[in-house]
Amino acid sequence: MGRLLFLNTLQSSWLFMSSDHDTAFIDLRAITKRYAGVTALDSVDFTVQPGEAVCLAGENGSGKSTLIKIISGVEPATEGTIHIAGQERTTLNPRISAAAGVMVIFQDFSLFPNLSVAENIAFATQLSTHQRFFKARASRDIASAALDRIGVEIDLDARVESLPVAQKQLVAICRALASKAQLIIMDEPTTALTDKEVRRLQGIIRMLKDEGVAVIFVSHKLAEVLEVSEKVVVLRNGKKVAEGPASDFDTQSLTYHMTGRDVPIVPPSDVTAGAQTLMEVKGLGKVGSFADINFELKTGEVLGITGLLGSGRTSVAKALFGLVAPDSGSIRVDGQPVPIGDPQAASTARIGYVPEDRLTEGLFLSQSILRNVAVGRLDAHTSSGFLNMGDLAEEAAEWLRRLKVKAPDIEAPVQSLSGGNQQRVALARWLSRAPRVLILNGPSVGVDVGSKADIHDIIRDLASQGIGIIVISDDLPELLATCHRILVMRDGRIIDTLDGKSVTEDDLAHRLAS
Amino acid sequence: MTKLFPRDFWTRNETLVAGVIVLFCIIATLSDPRFFTITTVSDLLRASIVIGILAVGAMLVLVSGGIDVSFTAIAVFAMYSSTVLSLAIWPGIPWPMIFVISVIFGAGLGAVNGFFIAFLGLPTLIVTLGTLSIFRGFLLTFIGSQRISDLPPSMRDFSRGVIARGTTEAGNFYSIPWAVLALFFVIVLTWFILKKTMLGRSIYAIGGSVESARRIGINVKWTQFFVYVYVGALAGLAGIIHGSVGRMADPFSLVGLELSVIAAVVLGGARLIGGYGTLTGTMLGVALIVIVQNSLIVVGIPTTWQSVTIGVLILLGTGVPAYRAKRAAAQAG
Repeated sequence: MGRLLFLNTLQSSWLFMSSDHDTAFIDLRAITKRYAGVTALDSVDFTVQPGEAVCLAGENGSGKSTLIKIISGVEPATEGTIHIAGQERTTLNPRISAAAGVMVIFQDFSLFPNLSVAENIAFATQLSTHQRFFKARASRDIASAALDRIGVEIDLDARVESLPVAQKQLVAICRALASKAQLIIMDEPTTALTDKEVRRLQGIIRMLKDEGVAVIFVSHKLAEVLEVSEKVVVLRNGKKVAEGPASDFDTQSLTYHMTGRDVPIVPPSDVTAGAQTLMEVKGLGKVGSFADINFELKTGEVLGITGLLGSGRTSVAKALFGLVAPDSGSIRVDGQPVPIGDPQAASTARIGYVPEDRLTEGLFLSQSILRNVAVGRLDAHTSSGFLNMGDLAEEAAEWLRRLKVKAPDIEAPVQSLSGGNQQRVALARWLSRAPRVLILNGPSVGVDVGSKADIHDIIRDLASQGIGIIVISDDLPELLATCHRILVMRDGRIIDTLDGKSVTEDDLAHRLAS
Repeated sequence: MTKLFPRDFWTRNETLVAGVIVLFCIIATLSDPRFFTITTVSDLLRASIVIGILAVGAMLVLVSGGIDVSFTAIAVFAMYSSTVLSLAIWPGIPWPMIFVISVIFGAGLGAVNGFFIAFLGLPTLIVTLGTLSIFRGFLLTFIGSQRISDLPPSMRDFSRGVIARGTTEAGNFYSIPWAVLALFFVIVLTWFILKKTMLGRSIYAIGGSVESARRIGINVKWTQFFVYVYVGALAGLAGIIHGSVGRMADPFSLVGLELSVIAAVVLGGARLIGGYGTLTGTMLGVALIVIVQNSLIVVGIPTTWQSVTIGVLILLGTGVPAYRAKRAAAQAG
């Protein structure tokens, strides 16, 4: 005990001398966190100055979330010292941390869908004053002040459930501001936003910085992060492996630090000569959703379909697999017509569809990997009404090996896997059915950089085997890394067909937004 | 224009239920002009008191994201025990004191639910299914299973007290008892809690998202505990009014009514997932259920069809908005 005290004094006197200490809003020194023998953070120093935008990058399991939990008081550090706003915090809990001005905006925003915008923004503030009575007028005043601060107009009386995602996020930001946030931590703030919305968010963040509010981003989308951050901190396996001004990094070097290996951007190879027309889509349309969709897909070709949220890209993807019933048009695979609006017919024609939201649409999360893969192959391994489990398991294991799924064993539930591995399981299910056409909707949403590159490798590899692949995505680097041709959609129509090899990212972004 | 009607006016359950009530009244009046008289209104009002108070409680639980099926058992337990206690100790006890005792009994039993749900974190349906059985069994085993018609005289006095009574020109008798004031009191008090206190807003917030509520520092446990104690207290009040107005303490009454009460609340727009429910909706739901139970006969539908009608109303009343929401979501996606 005496020794510990001594150590503490020693450390604080040392900290007192350091230049950061007086000015930094957050000052963590030598933070170590162990969970039951696993070291999640290993002696990490981390500072955030008032008004500074810091990007915290790292793959899943790198210790990002642990660091955030320590700053926000959710988890205590095993070792190390924490200063917030110049004060040493030996005991920290969410309440103390929030009172000091640390606000976390979780990926799900933690809003109340059933309450009004005004109440969502003002609730925490009103709660913190320990008032017993609810004053609707005060609630609206607090909310409109916060909205004014970021220059946004949202109907104060609207229920939050009726708002689009981007506005929900703004409500969450306003709530943090109303609670006198000095530091706003945003977990994956851009995942669900369109390009335009991301730009607005970036503007708001710049404004907050000018007002002295610091921001920590936790994000996978590297390019966006570099655009608004001043400082980048990269964690890998619980250690800080890189730190510096954002201008010193580019996506390539950031990826290198995060993964510890070089992930080269490989341009797609040419479509093999003599490729045949595999899929023909003619005049596909659905009133109020999309119209006049025409394209051809060749064997071994990767075709990108992109567009902003609401451009109809997802509806088209679903329509190709029959999940959305089009009103008109035709689909042919190998010259044979495929009845539209019928997933079973699409499946028989050997079209495969991996949905964007694999968590709710694509996988049975609590079920084993084996069952998730095998569900697509039950027919093939049934003899006289009985399943041949041995064959099923063998086949599934083979696919998991080929796709390099990292899993303890085939019986582990899918929810125990990382995003990248879950996506591979979803792929394995379809690949085991030997598809002719594979539709991938957002193949790397919520997947970290390393796995993303692997998934792109898999896509290229599958194409080289002659499968026609349609990638639906708004991740421009992903499209450029995988697609031979890119269809750009707006308002339900294809407005552009671009060559994947010659188009640049800026050009693509410009065509999307214009 | 927008101030007069909230923007979602036409799609709300309240509007739908009110529409069905008006429609029913028109049909009923057309088939029997005697329907639309003060006699009918006073009859329906009287029938709404107990179910109305219970429904306010049930609504509060649904808003908080739980469900309570034990409140009828609490009501009858509190009513019967406070009557037995009064008769044993002080038969001349004034009625307000019996009421207070019954409310305290109710709150105490509600606290039992609250303890299991808020502090042990058990599922609300399981806890209240359990306590429904326990409270009822305990009452019949240890307190008594005899109907008591010899109530303390003050309870009879209470039931005789009327705000208004008289005879219509057509010779029909009507009366509006004091007990109606209890319903109004409960509505006003609950309205105040839900709309004007942080506690009330916290109940809505918890119903909307428990996790978010915790994250912004709402004391989830104590708020939940309050909900079940309050509901218990309301059940105690409803129970003793039921006993007084019916002039009998019957340990077998009330239990079985819980599903009708919850049906009324759900018809009024409260959602089983929590976070949604209004007093207006609840009262309209109660009115509809009471009308169906008491006046269906007027439009020529046999009483045996009551429960079928209620079931159809629930399916339509909750199904139509749910189907619409699903369609809207599909369109947006």
